[in-house]
Amino acid sequence: MGLRDALFGRTKQVAPNLDNLFALSTAALTLQSELDLVPSGEAGLCFKSGSGESTITTDDDIKELLDFDETTNKVTLTTDDLGFKWLVVKDPDFEALVTRIHAADTSMVEHQLGPRLLCAVFGFVPKTPPGEGSVRLVYLMKQGTFYPFAPTGPTQRNNELEIRVRSFLDTDLPIEKDLTRWMALWNVPVN
Amino acid sequence: MAKSKIETDHKLDVRMFITGLALVALYAIIVSVLLSLGVSTVLVIVIAAALIFSQYYFSDKIAMFSMHAKEVTPQQEPRLHEIVDRLCLLADMKKPRVGVAEMDMPNAFATGRNPNHAVICATRGLMNRLNDEELEAVLAHELSHVAHRDVAIMTIASGVGMLAGLVSRMALFGAMFGGGGRGGKGGQNIVLLEMATLLISILIYIVSFLLTMALSRYRELAADRSGAILIGKPSVLASALVHITGDIGKIPRTDLRKTEGMNAFFFAPALSGNSAATLFSTHPSLQKRLDQLNKLEKELNG
Repeated sequence: MGLRDALFGRTKQVAPNLDNLFALSTAALTLQSELDLVPSGEAGLCFKSGSGESTITTDDDIKELLDFDETTNKVTLTTDDLGFKWLVVKDPDFEALVTRIHAADTSMVEHQLGPRLLCAVFGFVPKTPPGEGSVRLVYLMKQGTFYPFAPTGPTQRNNELEIRVRSFLDTDLPIEKDLTRWMALWNVPVN
Repeated sequence: MAKSKIETDHKLDVRMFITGLALVALYAIIVSVLLSLGVSTVLVIVIAAALIFSQYYFSDKIAMFSMHAKEVTPQQEPRLHEIVDRLCLLADMKKPRVGVAEMDMPNAFATGRNPNHAVICATRGLMNRLNDEELEAVLAHELSHVAHRDVAIMTIASGVGMLAGLVSRMALFGAMFGGGGRGGKGGQNIVLLEMATLLISILIYIVSFLLTMALSRYRELAADRSGAILIGKPSVLASALVHITGDIGKIPRTDLRKTEGMNAFFFAPALSGNSAATLFSTHPSLQKRLDQLNKLEKELNG
């Protein structure tokens, strides 16, 4: 934030950074070969809805805006306990999943909802359960970085596994360096 | 990407600018008054600067200490941390430390000399009284204070008043001792000069006080605005404000007096009964804040 904005007490809305999403494809391969984790076939987009955003007022409007495959019932919209909306997409093809999330992001940005985007979450599960437990890769929209999130209970997470995932994905993905930004997403509706 | 419908409020900018300009003009006057005093100038500046700087530099510790607030970990307050986490990521700002003050009065404050040393604090009463969405709105307001560097700006602004206070005190001593020691016509002139200095200083002190209060109110409006835009729902912040200020009025004044010194950093002022004294108030009236939020809500929906 510039000096002028500080002097006048202004904050600019932050636009999302979608550039790094497609780096996920190689990361998925690395996760499979190194940690035996495969995509769960689910991904989610988390955003904060606001008042009268470009005439979108109801859940149906948002769903219509983002639902680009009307023939199937693969897209669901839920609200989490903190009032954030989750657009959950299901697709066994990981590449297609990433493309869909990216398309949803782009659509949001086109409708001036870019500043409202929080993160995208991609689910990974052990190929041979139980394994070491599932891991979500979280993409922070504003920062353009990823971090692993491995919940093991209602408010517990496996930090050791998360750090190990980071060490394997360091070269494939821009990993969030500031660990205070590895936020906990309890009750994440993406498996 | 397309620009958002609401980014700036030019009228608020202009008012803030004029207030700031007037404060700068006061600085200039103070400096010239100091120079007319002669020898003690350097000392006055050093003392004042040291005081202002320490107030600014230790603002987080001073505020946390005087509010009996304690920093909390994500394990202790998962909910509070979760809300702050999401707001900081939405706004792409560094996460401040998070604190809780164990008091029933519903309020929140943010302080710290810069975003890297910021601390955001809510009282237990606030967390008990508001729902998650309203709590989020209040925290968004406080985070806006951090982003706007309001501690630095208000410290600089109130520095004028402090300097003026110091000058008048020194002039008073000068008039008493300087005038008493010497007799004759020369001494008389010095007394007159120092009496004039005293008067001017007091005047500056009053004017700077009013200007600082005005600036503080504009900063509050600006933080309301940024906070409301960040959460995207001005009406939720409005409802939180109504809940808090409605409750504050009911709490006995004797309890609230203790926190008087913290007013400038509070979400809602701790003193009740601000009746005619908006000119002397650190916070805009509830009606003014609600009006602005209502206007924002209409802009977003329009």
